[in-house]
Amino acid sequence: MENLILQALSGLASASSLFLVASGLTVIFGVSRIVNFAHGSFYMLGAYLAWTFVTNLPRGHLGFWGGVLGAALAVGVIGMAVEMLLLRRIYRAPELFQLLATFGVVLIVQDLALLIWGPQDLLGPRAPGLRGSTEVLGLRFPLYELFLIGVGPVVLGLLWLLFYRTRWGTLVRAATQDREMVGALGVNQRMLFTSVFFLGSLLAGLGGALQLPRESVNLHMDLSIIAEAFVVVVVGGLGSLSGAALAALLIGELHAFGILIFPKITLVLVFLVMAVVLVIRPHGLLGRPQEAARGTGMAEPVIRAAPPALKWLGLAALIAAILLPPFAGDYALTVLTDMAVFILFAASLHFIMGPGGMASFGHAAYFGLGAYGAALAVKWLAAPMGLGLALAPLAAGLGGLVFGWFCVRLSGVYSAMLTLAFAQITWSIAFQWVELTGGDNGILGVWPAPWAAGKLTYYYLTLALCLGATLILRRIIHAPFGYALRAQRDSPLRAEAIGMDGFRIRWAGFALAACMAGIAGGLFAYAKGSVFPTYLDIPRSVDALLMVLLGGVQTLSGPIAGAIAFTGLQEQLSRMTDLWRLVLGIVIVLLVLFFPQGLAGAARSAWEARDARPNA
Amino acid sequence: MTGLMIGRRQLMAGVGTLALAAPWIARAQSNVIRIGEINSYTAQPAFLLPYRNAWILAQEQVNAAGGIDGRKIETIFRDDGGRPEDAVRIAGELLNAEKVALLAGGFLSNVGLALADFARQNKRLYVASEPLTDTLVWSHGNRYTFRLRASTYMQSAMLVEEAAKLPARRWATVAPNYEYGQSAVRSFKELLKKARPDVEFVAEQFPALGRIDAGATVQALAAANPEAIFNVTFAADLTNFVRQGSTRGLFERRKVVSLLTGEPEYLEPLGDEAPEGWIVTGYPWDQINTPEHTAFREAYRQRWNAHPYLGSVVGYSTVQAIAAMLKKAGKVETEAMVDAMSGLQFQSPFGQVEFRAIDHQSTMGAYVGRTVLKDGKGTMADWRYADGRNYMPPDDVVRQLRPQA
Repeated sequence: MENLILQALSGLASASSLFLVASGLTVIFGVSRIVNFAHGSFYMLGAYLAWTFVTNLPRGHLGFWGGVLGAALAVGVIGMAVEMLLLRRIYRAPELFQLLATFGVVLIVQDLALLIWGPQDLLGPRAPGLRGSTEVLGLRFPLYELFLIGVGPVVLGLLWLLFYRTRWGTLVRAATQDREMVGALGVNQRMLFTSVFFLGSLLAGLGGALQLPRESVNLHMDLSIIAEAFVVVVVGGLGSLSGAALAALLIGELHAFGILIFPKITLVLVFLVMAVVLVIRPHGLLGRPQEAARGTGMAEPVIRAAPPALKWLGLAALIAAILLPPFAGDYALTVLTDMAVFILFAASLHFIMGPGGMASFGHAAYFGLGAYGAALAVKWLAAPMGLGLALAPLAAGLGGLVFGWFCVRLSGVYSAMLTLAFAQITWSIAFQWVELTGGDNGILGVWPAPWAAGKLTYYYLTLALCLGATLILRRIIHAPFGYALRAQRDSPLRAEAIGMDGFRIRWAGFALAACMAGIAGGLFAYAKGSVFPTYLDIPRSVDALLMVLLGGVQTLSGPIAGAIAFTGLQEQLSRMTDLWRLVLGIVIVLLVLFFPQGLAGAARSAWEARDARPNA
Repeated sequence: MTGLMIGRRQLMAGVGTLALAAPWIARAQSNVIRIGEINSYTAQPAFLLPYRNAWILAQEQVNAAGGIDGRKIETIFRDDGGRPEDAVRIAGELLNAEKVALLAGGFLSNVGLALADFARQNKRLYVASEPLTDTLVWSHGNRYTFRLRASTYMQSAMLVEEAAKLPARRWATVAPNYEYGQSAVRSFKELLKKARPDVEFVAEQFPALGRIDAGATVQALAAANPEAIFNVTFAADLTNFVRQGSTRGLFERRKVVSLLTGEPEYLEPLGDEAPEGWIVTGYPWDQINTPEHTAFREAYRQRWNAHPYLGSVVGYSTVQAIAAMLKKAGKVETEAMVDAMSGLQFQSPFGQVEFRAIDHQSTMGAYVGRTVLKDGKGTMADWRYADGRNYMPPDDVVRQLRPQA
């Protein structure tokens, strides 16, 4: 019994830490609607800065607590700078585009932290006055954990006072509900956004700084917290502070007790919780349906047939892709094969994001299901390559049908996060079911059949399948099904009124995209000769998102341009410099600033502007 | 507009000339032997930066001593970012575009396995330096893959020898939830049960790698009230586990047996909070005074103005092994190099090491000892060198484990 109570207290301490980070994220999202990937980086910076301050300031209460608060403030200022220099310029960009910018920040911070603080883990001093432990029911419990249990509610209380007892707080709440209206009433939105960003980043920094006496400061802190923080925010309901508190409590306690019964559950627990909550309550525990932001609720531009110049360009590229490779080296062929695979992968995600209007943070699930479908067939059935490649889209499509049935009922970020939850659940199955999938050691020996073993042959096979599938996707967008898909995206009510079943259309679209991603995954498995859980991990989903966003969501050639640009950049940079993350991050940030519609979007605007000039 | 077009065309012409010139450049350099090295530099910098430093040092020493029969060795380092699929792509790049003679490196087990399978498929030599998974040389072993570092099984076996001497009968385990942690726990349990049929395992915890919820994990272990604990967590997880464990009194009156904790990579960050009296495998760099290790330590200090880490020993020894192999093979041709690797004897900072012909595992061992605090820093005491060759399963078992081609 005593043990259970102590376990509950441990859970409370974790919940409290989690709440600090999640509260900042939810405040930022509520007002700015930005999916802020860099929040984890702010958390990490908070911990590193606190380490620097605390170890350099004189020992004692002032040095320690001063250092912690100083770090939090400094991170707040950094967050403010990011908002003013970067995000402020792209608020008008399409939904989720800001995600790309914040991801650039993540990459930059990772390398800067390595450069400044070095590769070794750092251990901060313990908090003065809270070093030891106390007896709770005859068992020992650290004082600092007790202190942390107190911090959560205090911060929640302070935030409540701030939001409900000050004019600034009222404005923030108003902006969370309807930011255009707040703007129309003459409130300086810029100031509001910047100050909210300051507050959110400060909370992240504080969360990181307060970990100093508990945990080592290391370079993996950013990515290990960000997914969990997002889950808390979404489970609680986007923009809801009390929801975040409740969700943090739920997850912290489930964790503490879960490991008593299922010691291996930590891998997937938070995502299981999120999936269950979202299926039962589509807007989180305490969330309200998201108000459609006015002005952005307009129909997206109509997709027209490609202009002749683009057709010629595409044809030229295709001819080059067919004629040149025999003269390229083996390595160039490998890169081209990868590119072809990623073009299809990005195009399949674009299909549901652009025309479908549903974002997915877990598209890697279907890529991975395809790869695993093929690999498992090889491993357990000794299937020939043809059968493996046929099973890939089947496995992925089946996954798409099952997961899609849940996901397409939700909208916006909730739907995207549910796809992420399913992707993580799939990932953990691949990771944990060692007997079937080989766990993280993966499945080896998935090599192409002898006739396709040559790099050139395999490239042509990949090119034919990927390009064929991509063109089919394009064709579908222009077919009645594509029109229906776009209709339910732009105006669900009108679409329903003329007798279209929005759910079934979205569901079919989702499954189709999954199928196509599966083809890409299967081809990738044979190209690499092995399959690992990294194929369906979060970074791969993020890669796909980046490709689509980089290319531009509202153009059909966007995903193609994005996939080529992204894989090309990453491949070249990682060969050129150790600091490739820094350079890639800067390039992404610059692209975001200068091409807020994505590469293909910018090209189209330039083209249209050129066309318009003679008439003017 | 036209000017721009010409500009582009000229650019393309320039690129073309460069591409055409490339074969001659490569040929002019053919008295250099190139090694392709792939590792997760951005994902695991704490281990791998000292590793690469020592690699460079060893390469400079080999070249200063006249290289391999007059030919210098040169290494091309690449970052796989911790993704096996990227490692495979880079392996292709190094072989086809950079014309390396052999592949080396790997930190994560799955990267090592992906490279090993790539080596098998393409019939090229791969010298795995760090990946610890047993399957690399056993169930997935192949002709073209060799591994330097003492495997999970070997290190677990070294600790079991010590654990069996303890009076403790009730054991608990804590390990990161991935292949390394799982197989370390499995080997430890099997071997300890064999040595001491009276032990029982009363609790096991598998926190996610890098995301341990230390407080809850420690509490759960304490609740089972074991007499001894087998720990496999390392790096950040270890730090958090030790902090929560010491404040909550988990380690008092309990023996702890711990994998890798004696390595400076993981012991140093703990500072004056390093636990005392744990039985660990590791590397007491400041106390090993054999001639070969002292020479290595001094050379490393001179070159990099820092003390060596275990990663440094691994990087340094890998180059020594490759150099010895190249000398023995006499030519840079894969089959000859593979034959030379098999049964190769070479001198490492830990002494004489052999790449066993039976499973391509090297006999490089590890140091087993007790952790102590000295001058506010953790270090090892009462240590001994556990030679890898004494901690292998019997040969007939190895033959069963490894596909015999």
